[in-house]
Amino acid sequence: MGDLLFNVFAVFTILTAIGVVVNRNAVNAAMCLLLSLVGVAGLFIALNAYLLAFLLLLVYAGAIVALFLFIVMLLDTKGDARPTLNRLPMVARVLATGLVVAGVASFMTRGRLASPELTAAPAVGASLKLYAYQLFTTYLLPVQILGFLLLIAMLGVIVLSKKFEGLEDIK
Amino acid sequence: MISPSLNSYLAISVMLFAIGLLGVLIRRNTLVVFMCLELMLVASTLGLVAFSRFNGTMDGNVFVFFILTVAAAEVAVGLAIIVALFRKRQTIQIDQLNTLKN
Repeated sequence: MGDLLFNVFAVFTILTAIGVVVNRNAVNAAMCLLLSLVGVAGLFIALNAYLLAFLLLLVYAGAIVALFLFIVMLLDTKGDARPTLNRLPMVARVLATGLVVAGVASFMTRGRLASPELTAAPAVGASLKLYAYQLFTTYLLPVQILGFLLLIAMLGVIVLSKKFEGLEDIK
Repeated sequence: MISPSLNSYLAISVMLFAIGLLGVLIRRNTLVVFMCLELMLVASTLGLVAFSRFNGTMDGNVFVFFILTVAAAEVAVGLAIIVALFRKRQTIQIDQLNTLKN
């Protein structure tokens, strides 16, 4: 049962992730990203991290992909232009692809960690109480810093996207 | 019930990360490059959750919390920069953004 869930979501995630890379149209790429995130959320559920799966769908699929779609709509780009036939970038791309594929292949064939038994470890990710306990004791300072980070990001976005009429004259 | 091992989860995580990296290297639309960056972040969270589950500890899960928050802030700022760039240059294709060249 666990194996079936894993296999289905793993194949689904990888295929849709490839869809993000190969799609020429940015809207289709964003949709593939959405499906890939749903697949990752399924894998989280297979790992008993229910809260994280829910948050992933809420934050990534709900907010981030929607933001991406808004920006794609706003900028109205025509997707990737036809590939220019400069030799150096093409060689670099082929080389990079080969290197990444070789890296993954070497991980698949050589990389073997001693895998603990799944039944031996308690499914701590399923307990909401433990999250709350950790966030309010051990990780209290990072939580506060993240609050400031979000505030700074919000201010930064407002400054970046505002048009300063007066400043143009000064320049 | 045979459950998948840690290695199979890590394999998925590595493949997802590699696909994201390829997207960053190959694609020329800045928005799609940014989407592939998100894909790489999600791949790393999958690895963290898998390690956390198989070791029975909570720290990886809490880290995923923080990664999600930072990713949200990062996307907001990054997209604002892309919009500002588009306003200034009327393009977001990477090979046309070559002001610093020469």
